[in-house]
Amino acid sequence: MAIFLTENSKVIVQGMTGAEGQKHTSRMLAAGTNIVGGVTPGKGGQSVDFAKRSIPVHGSCAEAVKATGADVSVVFVPPRFVKGAVIEAIDAGLGLVVVITEGVPVHDTAAFFAHAEAAGTRIIGPNSPGLISPGRANAGIIPADIAGPGRIGLVSKSGTLTYQMMYELREYGFTTAIGIGGDPIIGTTHIDALRAFQDDPDTEAIVMIGEIGGDAEERAAAFIAEYVTKPVVGYVAGFTAPEGKTMGHAGAIVSGSSGTAAAKQEALEAVGVKVGKTPSETAQLMRAALEQILDPV
Amino acid sequence: MEYQAKELFARHAVPVTLGRVIEDAADAAEAAETLGGRVVVKAQVKAGGRGKAGGVKLAADPAEATERARDILGMDIKGHTVRRVLLAPAADIAEEYYFSFLIDRANRDYLCIASTEGGVEIEEVAHTNPDAIAKISIDPAVGVDDAKAAEIVAAAGFPPEAAEVVKSLWTVFIAEDASLVEVNPLVKLGDGRLEALDGKVTLDENAAYRHPDHAAFEDKAAADPLEAAAQAKGLNYVKLDGEVGIIGNGAGLVMSTLDVVAYAGEAHGGVKPANFLDIGGGASAEVMANGLGIILGDAQVKSVFVNVFGGITACDAVSNGIVQALELLGDQANKPLVVRLDGNNVVEGRKILAQANHPLVTVVDTMDGAADRAAELAAQA
Repeated sequence: MAIFLTENSKVIVQGMTGAEGQKHTSRMLAAGTNIVGGVTPGKGGQSVDFAKRSIPVHGSCAEAVKATGADVSVVFVPPRFVKGAVIEAIDAGLGLVVVITEGVPVHDTAAFFAHAEAAGTRIIGPNSPGLISPGRANAGIIPADIAGPGRIGLVSKSGTLTYQMMYELREYGFTTAIGIGGDPIIGTTHIDALRAFQDDPDTEAIVMIGEIGGDAEERAAAFIAEYVTKPVVGYVAGFTAPEGKTMGHAGAIVSGSSGTAAAKQEALEAVGVKVGKTPSETAQLMRAALEQILDPV
Repeated sequence: MEYQAKELFARHAVPVTLGRVIEDAADAAEAAETLGGRVVVKAQVKAGGRGKAGGVKLAADPAEATERARDILGMDIKGHTVRRVLLAPAADIAEEYYFSFLIDRANRDYLCIASTEGGVEIEEVAHTNPDAIAKISIDPAVGVDDAKAAEIVAAAGFPPEAAEVVKSLWTVFIAEDASLVEVNPLVKLGDGRLEALDGKVTLDENAAYRHPDHAAFEDKAAADPLEAAAQAKGLNYVKLDGEVGIIGNGAGLVMSTLDVVAYAGEAHGGVKPANFLDIGGGASAEVMANGLGIILGDAQVKSVFVNVFGGITACDAVSNGIVQALELLGDQANKPLVVRLDGNNVVEGRKILAQANHPLVTVVDTMDGAADRAAELAAQA
């Protein structure tokens, strides 16, 4: 099993005809993703040729869903078009919308997230690398060749730290690795992913990567205490970040004494989550946790 | 800054007195005269606690306004040099309230915080008298309509006529793409009118394309010169106070790199990371050269750590970028460079650096090992 995205997912790509959309559609196809169509307003009826297949382009999400039965959309459109594109996807009945685009105004995200909640659609992102269920499907830009299928579930605010951690733990593989994005408002949180990994019988242990800003990690810690029985190993980036400066991700900012890495580490450790000082130490902690499952003392 | 927040308030019919902004104390007397003589002189910096720091003073007449402006201009408040002061007519305050709209990250909607205990820091009120603070959640799909404004005013204990001000502030929040609109204090004057006496607005940089006019609010003079130079080149750079220059790809990995360098530095005389620099996915020679150029322009930097995980970017492209960047920089490249590459095409990437055999470049296989080496080199320099 995997969470949110499986080999049965039928995926459309909004913005597939753009440069980024085309490049990553090609990669997603190579990773075995069942991509059934693209959506670009005004280009319905065209198609785009990839290495092994030609993928039809639809003029709207509604048309794409009607023609293909798609249930997942990956969004690559430029920031100013994201709100409209996501609302269109929600209204077309897609169950999962993965927003890769970086630089979406936060009021736009607030608006489409409220719309998604009312419709029961899951949003991942924005400013997310997407998610991969290795060997099954890849919806986004996470390189598929870093690690194969396996036993770990990974949830992270950061793209490159996701890649780094997948690489460090490639000998064990992953059920699903999901980048939830570094914006102040994101559709799927650490808690949503933790719940799904806990409920997924194939996921044996969970790596959770956080960073400065907000209190998502603190809330995740409280959730772990009440719901998660599988081993969780954590990592938090940004101990050296100065107060009041945005560190790359729009949501990565320490405001006054809130949002610090130290507070997040403390909250996680208080509920028994082992937190690594560096990515490689975190990977080491996860190896130890997995060995213990295999060979309980 | 306060005077800029007030400009935005005025645009959307929030009751406010703009006053006069001056940069030279010599202009204070004339400004005070036109404002009625008795004025408050207020430091304009992007920092809270200006009053406590001595940056807000009452002046009884124009002569005193000149003196106060002279005192305050040039002051340092929490690391910000005061370059401007705002002169505003002294207000006849009957009551002081606190009011804000902000993004609620936890609930992924909006929050209004309001209190009749204004004029002091809201964190302090939260601590001493939490019952005096009303928190009202706002559904982004509905916003603040008449009913919501009435609900907010009632919950906060404001006079009913404050509902109009609340709606105007909501317009500021939405129309200007703000992630925070704060009024502290919102005052009731002696004659019963309401006025936003001080304010703070945080604008969403992601929405800048919708607001070309917002660029004028940026305080270029106050920006760090290296940060300004990096911004001009489109680089995501934050200056820190250390010796090891950092270049990496992806915000999370770069933040992590800073931490790992700081840990490694503990064993090498306490050297620290000198900056945050995320070169993103591309890592072309030009971007690498621009990034290295900025970092080497920091006189404090003693060594540089390039930490790249090849995800979409291939390591061979990054290596070529480094080699070409060093050629482009020539003699300007004069500090040791520790490079750690992993991921996509790493073998080829390391081979390119080995073949180039540049005297300044050391390749270390792991992130922790490379951080240690970079810290060691910085400590030795």
